[in-house]
Amino acid sequence: MTIQSRRQFLATGAGLVIGLALPMQGRAQSGAAAVLTRDGVGPGTFAPNAFVRIAPDNTVTVICKHIEFGQGPFTGLATLVAEELDASWDQMRAESAPANDELYKNLFFGLQATGGSTAIANSYTQMRQAGAAARYMLVAAAAREWGVSAEEIIVEDGVITHAASGQAATFGDLAEAAAQQQVPVEPALKNPSEFKLIGTDRPKLDTVGKTDGTAMFTMDVYRDDMQTVVVRHPEVVGATVATFDDSEALKVKGVQAVRQIPQGIAVYATSTGAALKGRSLLTVEWDTSKAETRSSETIYADFSKAATRDAGVVVEEIGDSGAAIDGAETVHEVEFRFPYLAHAPMEPLDAVLEVRDGKAEMWMGAQFPGVDKGAVAQTLGIGGENVTLNVMLAGGSFGRRAQTSAQIGLEIAEIAKAAGGDGAWKLVWTREDDLTGGYYRPLTVHRMRAGLDADGSIVGWENTVVNQSIMLDTFMDQGNSEGKDPTSYEGSTKMPYDLPTIRVNWVRQQSPLSVLWWRSVGHSHTGYATEVFLDELLEMAGKDPVQGRLDLMKSEAGRDRAVLEKVAEIAGWDGTKVKGDRAYGVAVHESFNTYVAQIAEVSDVGGFPRVHKVWVAVDCGVAVNPNVIRAQIEGGVGYGLGTVLFNDLTLLEGGIVSQKNFDTYRMLRIHEMPEVDVAIINSVAEPTGVGEPGTPPIGPAVANAWRALTGQAVRHLPFETTGV
Amino acid sequence: MTNFTINGKDVTVDVEEDTPLLWVVRDELRLTGSKFGCGVAQCGACTMMVDGMPRRTCVTPVGSVNGAMIETIEGLEGPEAEAVTAAWQGLDVPQCGWCQSGQIVSATALLREVPKPTDDDIDAAMAGNICRCATYVRIRKAIHDAADAMEG
Repeated sequence: MTIQSRRQFLATGAGLVIGLALPMQGRAQSGAAAVLTRDGVGPGTFAPNAFVRIAPDNTVTVICKHIEFGQGPFTGLATLVAEELDASWDQMRAESAPANDELYKNLFFGLQATGGSTAIANSYTQMRQAGAAARYMLVAAAAREWGVSAEEIIVEDGVITHAASGQAATFGDLAEAAAQQQVPVEPALKNPSEFKLIGTDRPKLDTVGKTDGTAMFTMDVYRDDMQTVVVRHPEVVGATVATFDDSEALKVKGVQAVRQIPQGIAVYATSTGAALKGRSLLTVEWDTSKAETRSSETIYADFSKAATRDAGVVVEEIGDSGAAIDGAETVHEVEFRFPYLAHAPMEPLDAVLEVRDGKAEMWMGAQFPGVDKGAVAQTLGIGGENVTLNVMLAGGSFGRRAQTSAQIGLEIAEIAKAAGGDGAWKLVWTREDDLTGGYYRPLTVHRMRAGLDADGSIVGWENTVVNQSIMLDTFMDQGNSEGKDPTSYEGSTKMPYDLPTIRVNWVRQQSPLSVLWWRSVGHSHTGYATEVFLDELLEMAGKDPVQGRLDLMKSEAGRDRAVLEKVAEIAGWDGTKVKGDRAYGVAVHESFNTYVAQIAEVSDVGGFPRVHKVWVAVDCGVAVNPNVIRAQIEGGVGYGLGTVLFNDLTLLEGGIVSQKNFDTYRMLRIHEMPEVDVAIINSVAEPTGVGEPGTPPIGPAVANAWRALTGQAVRHLPFETTGV
Repeated sequence: MTNFTINGKDVTVDVEEDTPLLWVVRDELRLTGSKFGCGVAQCGACTMMVDGMPRRTCVTPVGSVNGAMIETIEGLEGPEAEAVTAAWQGLDVPQCGWCQSGQIVSATALLREVPKPTDDDIDAAMAGNICRCATYVRIRKAIHDAADAMEG
């Protein structure tokens, strides 16, 4: 990498480029234009981190370090920049930052990463500083050009003016001159009371391209002489090729080569149609000796057997729950079962790689782009500096493209390596590849036990969580985990309720089957287990689901309390769980520092729940883009609802994945989508995420309504499996 | 050789007749707005208008559309298409965006048949289009908004 001084860097492009570098460790340390020391860069060398580009045509482009796959960072980060820049929303644009773990790191994680609902939270100060710095430099340039004092210059709605002299200019007019100004070290930020854009709705920057067919995703990339490649993967996750016969595949017009790679058998063709046809004619024998060959049923039985209160590691303990429950008037003990789940993003996984003269360029929707880029560099034996990864819009992800193992980066690299030499390849996964491709939400068992005293008060609460670890043994495991992986049980601890005794233990299970974070990660099962179990206890005690929860809340659980009170208010909760043929269920759950409460209205249609309406109250701190927040909550409700009603990625005997496409892995459809009414709590707290927190409460809210309506407790998801 | 008209343009393609129309339109004609989601006519991301009817092109052999008039998201025209697109933009319907071309084509087809659809009409016409981001609340509202706008 060539080291450039700030001035050199700024002079390389037309217009103004604002470089910001923030220190490595989180938001506690900030500071625009800080000096960064790192390997290969001498002390004191400025390493600019370009987030803002102002062009002579007066457009302001925000280079977004987070991948856009529908959760809204293009609009969100651009809002933060535009606010401090005092730009006009019409001039704002956004594009993806390329892979660069140093310049575009997630300040919470230390590498370029989108996940954990952190995009707005980790960018809030950083992007505002980027906008403020640009504004400062534009004003300085104007002051110099006009020979006036910077203090007398006003910037409003993208126009820079000096009233006394009658001077006015656009950002584009001054871009070139602004590039010559000093970058401020600590640009002043607005007080939240001065916000004009933050907290109000503006059109999303990525909407138009997604309504006229012009938005570019990975699968839409075509390169000269590119081959389309599909891979025959095993139907048992983790199986490897024993033998194969490609003679029929090679007869297909357009099929140019077939190669064995570690992931399976790759078919190289001139078109997608030819590649798919060729793949369908392969005969492959698989070696399953290193794969998970147990069925889901067997795994449930094994996990259930492992779910004893003394197994694993204790992850939360308050008082002596054992003695309290043993001495209780009533003991309630149940087991919850949660299946493996596929993320099933609408755009199946894909990547494009072009190798020319020892340099590689990639196009891919990656949540950890540096990891996939590194996998390509390593596999091809070329230095990372010779690999460019263009982060593309992605057709959904829900965690699937956050690969600690670089699953797709490695696969496209092996395809290139097996082809040998220069070329361009597009890897296309089909839906069958997606659903049978592993990296599922971990199958999980919760064994729960609680005791009530004669008054119906909870005297003890125990939860044994059994599943595989997502993070341990990956690079995300920082070596200080003490054998604990919070992503396996997060949400089962630190509940907002003030219970006298609590014991939560986590029992790690091993399997060769790959598992991964899935929208809301541990909360996807802990939110259900805790909020359904609590609701059952409140029912046994004859208590109201809303007031019963409020009465239990700790004094410090103010935000949990506020969302629960708010949702009760907008839903018109009056303590009646069943009205006519409709029942109402409640759940409240915090995840990723965002607080969400939901009430679901449910009826029984032919013995299966129909969810008519869901009321939601959400507290995510400062509401940067209320419209995006509402959209994410609506979508989170729909995503969670379809899952609890229908989805079970089932392993059959021998480990074969049962569901291979949407005909059997059922997605929620429009006629099953409830109305969603979202109330956003006013807040000046630092903003937190909204991509995931809408998902956990919908399952328990529906289950609690269904139990009120029918008396049937749903403890084995999905509803279809419980026999609803 | 297969001949058809796409977005008002006559084209001839030299591909195997059993090749799905979706891949011909994407790979050969480089109109990439229509998307691949399932390959088995379950999700609707590949929906195009073929002779005025919405069709799942991931299972439509190109040989079967010889002489047909095809419209894709890139060339969708007329008052219904304009109203639908404007409503979609007005409500910021898309999230990830992958399914939205298919949604817009299906919604346009609905409004061409039923200018003032009920919620049941919308369910019937749109149930074949999956949105994994679950933008369904806004899809429904956008169709109603488009119908209202056309009514003036």
